[in-house]
Amino acid sequence: MSEYLVLIYSDEAAWENADPASAGKMMGKMTDEHRVFGETNGAALRGGNALQPTSSATSLRRDATGKLVVTDGAFAETKEALGGYYLIEAGDLDEAIAVASQVPAPFGGVEVRPIRVFD
Amino acid sequence: MLAATIRVTGDIDVAEECVQDAFARALVTWPKSGIPTKTGAWLTTVARRRAIDTLRRQTSQRRAMSNFVEPQESALLSDAELPSVADDRLRLIFTCCHPALSPETQVALSLRLLCGLTTSEVARAFLVSEPTMAARITRGKKKISTSRIPYQVPTAVELPTRVDAVLSAIHLVFTTGHTAPSGSDLVRGDLVERALDLARLLRSLLPDDAEVAGLLALIILTDARRQTRTNSEGSLLLLSEQDRTKWDREAIAAGAVLVREALRSRPPGRFALMAAIAALHAEAPSWEETDWREIVALYDVLLVAWPSPVVALNRAVAVGIVDGPEAGLAALSELSSEDHLLSYNYLASTRADFLRRLGRRDEARLAYQEALELSENEVERAFLASRLSELDS
Repeated sequence: MSEYLVLIYSDEAAWENADPASAGKMMGKMTDEHRVFGETNGAALRGGNALQPTSSATSLRRDATGKLVVTDGAFAETKEALGGYYLIEAGDLDEAIAVASQVPAPFGGVEVRPIRVFD
Repeated sequence: MLAATIRVTGDIDVAEECVQDAFARALVTWPKSGIPTKTGAWLTTVARRRAIDTLRRQTSQRRAMSNFVEPQESALLSDAELPSVADDRLRLIFTCCHPALSPETQVALSLRLLCGLTTSEVARAFLVSEPTMAARITRGKKKISTSRIPYQVPTAVELPTRVDAVLSAIHLVFTTGHTAPSGSDLVRGDLVERALDLARLLRSLLPDDAEVAGLLALIILTDARRQTRTNSEGSLLLLSEQDRTKWDREAIAAGAVLVREALRSRPPGRFALMAAIAALHAEAPSWEETDWREIVALYDVLLVAWPSPVVALNRAVAVGIVDGPEAGLAALSELSSEDHLLSYNYLASTRADFLRRLGRRDEARLAYQEALELSENEVERAFLASRLSELDS
C-alpha cells in the first residue's frame, strides 16, 4: 500500500463573490458531501483538513544572504488555490484516483500526489 | 516477452535487463545446443526465470538487512501460475497509455516498450534529439513507479475511457506518420506501420470492442491511399486528383468490413464515425461521385460525439463542396475564434481555397500566405506555394 495526498484546489473568488445566503447554502451542501465522502471512504482515509483562504497565508523564504523574509500571501497566486487536503492510502494510482474522484470539489478539482518515502 | 517479464518484476527497467540477459544467454547456448523450436517461448521463460531470481535475491537481501521490513507482496510465481502473454501485453498497453501520463509520453513508451523501437528510433520518429527522448522515456517510467500506475487491465467501469486513451495514443502515432508535422516527406511510413501494428495488436486483444475495430478500420482505409497522395516528383495530390485505380482495394475491402462492425454499437463512437467517412471516400468511384451529403451528415453526428474544432473544420470543407464555397466560409467563420486552431495551418488553407473559388483573390492570397507560415511540412509548403503563384498568374 502507498499513501497519496489529495490536494483540493478551488476558486476562492467563487466563494467570496457569492451573497451570504447562497454561500451559507453552498457551505452546508459541501459539508454534507464531505461527510458522505468520509463515511464512504473511511477505510482509505488517513487524515485531512480544510484550510483558511489564501488571504490568511504567510510565506517564509530566505533571501540571498540567508535572512528570513516573511511576506503576506500564498506562494503561488493562481485562480485556483489549495483549499484543503486528504491523506489517503491506496494500493496503486487507479485506486487512489477512484477515491480522489469522490472528493467534493465544485469550484475546481483535485491533484493526487504520492507521498515520498525515504529509505 | 517484455510484457510477460514486467508481470514478474513489477518494474520496467529490471524487466528490460532480464530480457537482455535472456538474449545474451541465447547467444551462448544456442550455438551449442541448437536453436529451440519455439524461440520466443524459450526467451520468455529464461527472462521470467531471471526476473524471479532477481526478486528472490532482493527479498532475501531485505530479510538479511532487517527483520522489520516486510517481504515484498509481489508473490514469486512459478511459470505455470503466470498469466498468458496476451494478458500481459494488454496490461502493458494500459500502463503505457495511462491518462496520468502526457500524450507524448504515452506514445513514446508505447513505441519503446510495445513496438520494441530503440530510444534513438523513437527520437528519430518524432524528430527530437536522442537525449530529449531518453529523458522523456525515463520520466515516464519514473512516474509509473513513483505514482504506482498499476500494471493491470482496468475494471469494467473504467474500461471504456481507458480504451479511449489507448486509441488516442495510437491515433496520434498514425496522424503523425500520415502527414508528418515537419520534414521533407509527406508520409512517415515507419510511424504508419507502427500505428497499424498497435491497432492490430489491440484488436486481437479486445476483439469485441467497436471503437478498436473503428480505429483499425480508419487507419487501414486512410492508409490505402498512401501511394497516390504524392506524384512521382513527391508533390502533394489532392483527393480529387489522386489515381483511384492505385488505391489498395484489398485493404479497402478489409476496412469496410471492420467499419460495418464498428458502426453496430449504439451510439457509434468517434473512431467508427471517422472510419465510416474514410470508407465513403475509399469506395467512391470518383471525387465527383462521392456522397458528400452523407459525409456532411456523418460529420454532424461526429461533432456531437466528439466536439472538436478539427472535426468542425473538416465538416466545413464538406459543406463547401455540397453547398458551395460561400456556405463553407460561413461554417468556417464560426471557428475562427477557436484558440486551438490559430496555429493550425489547415484552417488558413481551407479558407484560402474557399476564397479562391469565390474569386476573392486578395483575401485568398493572404490566407495562403498565412497557411504557408504555419506549415512545416515541405511537401505541403510546396503545394501552398504553387496555389499562391497560380493566383498571381
